Amino acid sequence: MDRFRMIFQYFQSNSESVMNGICGLLALASVKMYTCFDFSCPCLPWYNMAYGLGIMFVPPVALFLCGLILNRQSLVMLEEWKRPQGHRKKDLAVIRYMCSSIMQRAMVAPVVWIIVTLLDGKCLICAFSGSVDPEKFVGFANASPVQVQQLLAKVPCKDDELMRNNTFRKAVSRYLRCWSQALGWSVLLILIVAAFLARWLRPCFNQATLLQARHWSNYIDIEQKIFEETCCEHSRLFAHKCILHFFESMRQEIKLHSFSLPREGEGDEGEEDILQGITDQEQVNKLLKMWYYERPPLDVSQVTQR
Amino acid sequence: MDKFRMIFQFLQSNQESFMNGICGIMALASAQMYSAFDFNCPCLPRYNLAYGLGILLVPPFILFLLGFVLNNNISMLAEEWRRPQGQRGKDQAVLRYMFCSMAQRAMIAPVVWVSVTLLDGKCITCAFCTLVPVETLGNTSHPGLSQGEMKRVLARIPCKEIYDGQELIANEVAVRYLRCISQALGWCFVLLMTTLAFLVRSLRPCFTQAAFLKSRYWSHYIDIERKLFDETCAEHARSFAKVCIQQFFEGMSTDLAATRCHPPKKAPADAGEAAEKLLGITDQGTMNMALKSWHRCKPPLHLHPPALASGNGWTGEGQTPAHPPVPRRETAAYYSRV
Repeated sequence: MDRFRMIFQYFQSNSESVMNGICGLLALASVKMYTCFDFSCPCLPWYNMAYGLGIMFVPPVALFLCGLILNRQSLVMLEEWKRPQGHRKKDLAVIRYMCSSIMQRAMVAPVVWIIVTLLDGKCLICAFSGSVDPEKFVGFANASPVQVQQLLAKVPCKDDELMRNNTFRKAVSRYLRCWSQALGWSVLLILIVAAFLARWLRPCFNQATLLQARHWSNYIDIEQKIFEETCCEHSRLFAHKCILHFFESMRQEIKLHSFSLPREGEGDEGEEDILQGITDQEQVNKLLKMWYYERPPLDVSQVTQR
Repeated sequence: MDKFRMIFQFLQSNQESFMNGICGIMALASAQMYSAFDFNCPCLPRYNLAYGLGILLVPPFILFLLGFVLNNNISMLAEEWRRPQGQRGKDQAVLRYMFCSMAQRAMIAPVVWVSVTLLDGKCITCAFCTLVPVETLGNTSHPGLSQGEMKRVLARIPCKEIYDGQELIANEVAVRYLRCISQALGWCFVLLMTTLAFLVRSLRPCFTQAAFLKSRYWSHYIDIERKLFDETCAEHARSFAKVCIQQFFEGMSTDLAATRCHPPKKAPADAGEAAEKLLGITDQGTMNMALKSWHRCKPPLHLHPPALASGNGWTGEGQTPAHPPVPRRETAAYYSRV
């Protein structure tokens, strides 16, 4: 009983902490991926915007989907949502609670990616260098609009022969990076304030419903885990009985066909049980061949009823 | 028994996490292999494409097969697929489930290889450098070269040291362009794979949950049954060996008493268990003879009941073992039990 309670507590506390751990790992993985990724802006007029915005938005979508896939609770929620009603009513509040907690956890890694991207600045410089107003910067005199566009498109590439030691390149880069970092810090501030308000103000609204929803969502999670454990236990016992039944049948068959006298009491009782009357090389070979060619049926009802 | 059951449950519930661990290790190994690999583009017109696409596609195939080989359950799947039907029907859904779950795990390392390759960009740069659009990116004022010449020049783009087409198209421009395309492809591939994985995982509860629960239960059952059968056979073999050896020693001490014409030394009543364990062998010469006999003439694999005990051939060599009296038919009265 005590052990059961320990296991119960383990499951209870572990589900949330496992999910939080996965969430944290994904966030760290997203930062690591960004630093490992070799950002190389194409420095061509239309490609820049596509590349820059692509790098800013496509990986977060992939990270979000990863966050949903790795979270075990999303499967539990889907099963609860799609199951036939049967004898147990479905509580939409519980499903909504589970959905919102899954989404919140899955959003962490994408948000981390976007913020790191903005604070670093390379993406925005690449994407918007062509959209900067050339009037603000010196060095564009006597250049046709097409040339201006080409020059601006090359700003993110420091090593390009036109751009080395070019003052307006540095000016445009600094300008765009300033905007990018301002945007990054603003997004971070807004998100933190929103999270703070949500957590602080939540007890003011519907606390009772929230407690109920949280309890029943934990319950559904634990119930499913215990069902899987019970199925494993059951299949183990089923297999055990099936194999014993098989050995027993072999022993009966051997008794029918051989003339060896039954043992009279002497000898190890324990060894006797394990040997199950199979005491000969041919008998063992036959047993193994039978096991392969004619697997016993999945029916241990005679054994359990005996 | 209780402890055995706990350990068994731990292993069972942990087999999935064990397989997931192997998956993760293979994915890391594939990323490490890529970074350790020394990529050398040949910089020749036709060879580039073959080399680049080869590096992109052949290692993932090998990693996929390796994923299957390293999976313990492949032999279980093969055994279940090939066994004769006998009295137990075969469920195709269970076989499909086992195959799908193995294939999904084996796909992870190849997908990691392809993603890392595309995001790095060297393969695509090598494979497609002859297809760079020179008209848009290069100098249009350059005197025209023949097709073959142009391809030869463009093929050298990945090899900066020998590139001689700087007037035609700048090396950095071409490399940046190709790498941008490669990275875009890479991220699209990653997004596609994640979307597929998400769909596969989330559509299953919506459509086939009952069938899935059934297949999962029976595939676990087959695995557990196989393990339990192996364990039962191992226990049986242990007992068989123990009784066989005991009978060997007993037979030997009986023979010894017969040849030496004096009764075996009866251990004094108060000598206890240790004397019993000596099995009647109490001097060096006898022990040596026992060992020689064990080597030269092992007893037959036939445990006779004590009432019919006879010499097991210690004194002679090549004595025929006692056969079971009646040769058995192949199809058996086993059927009558069920």
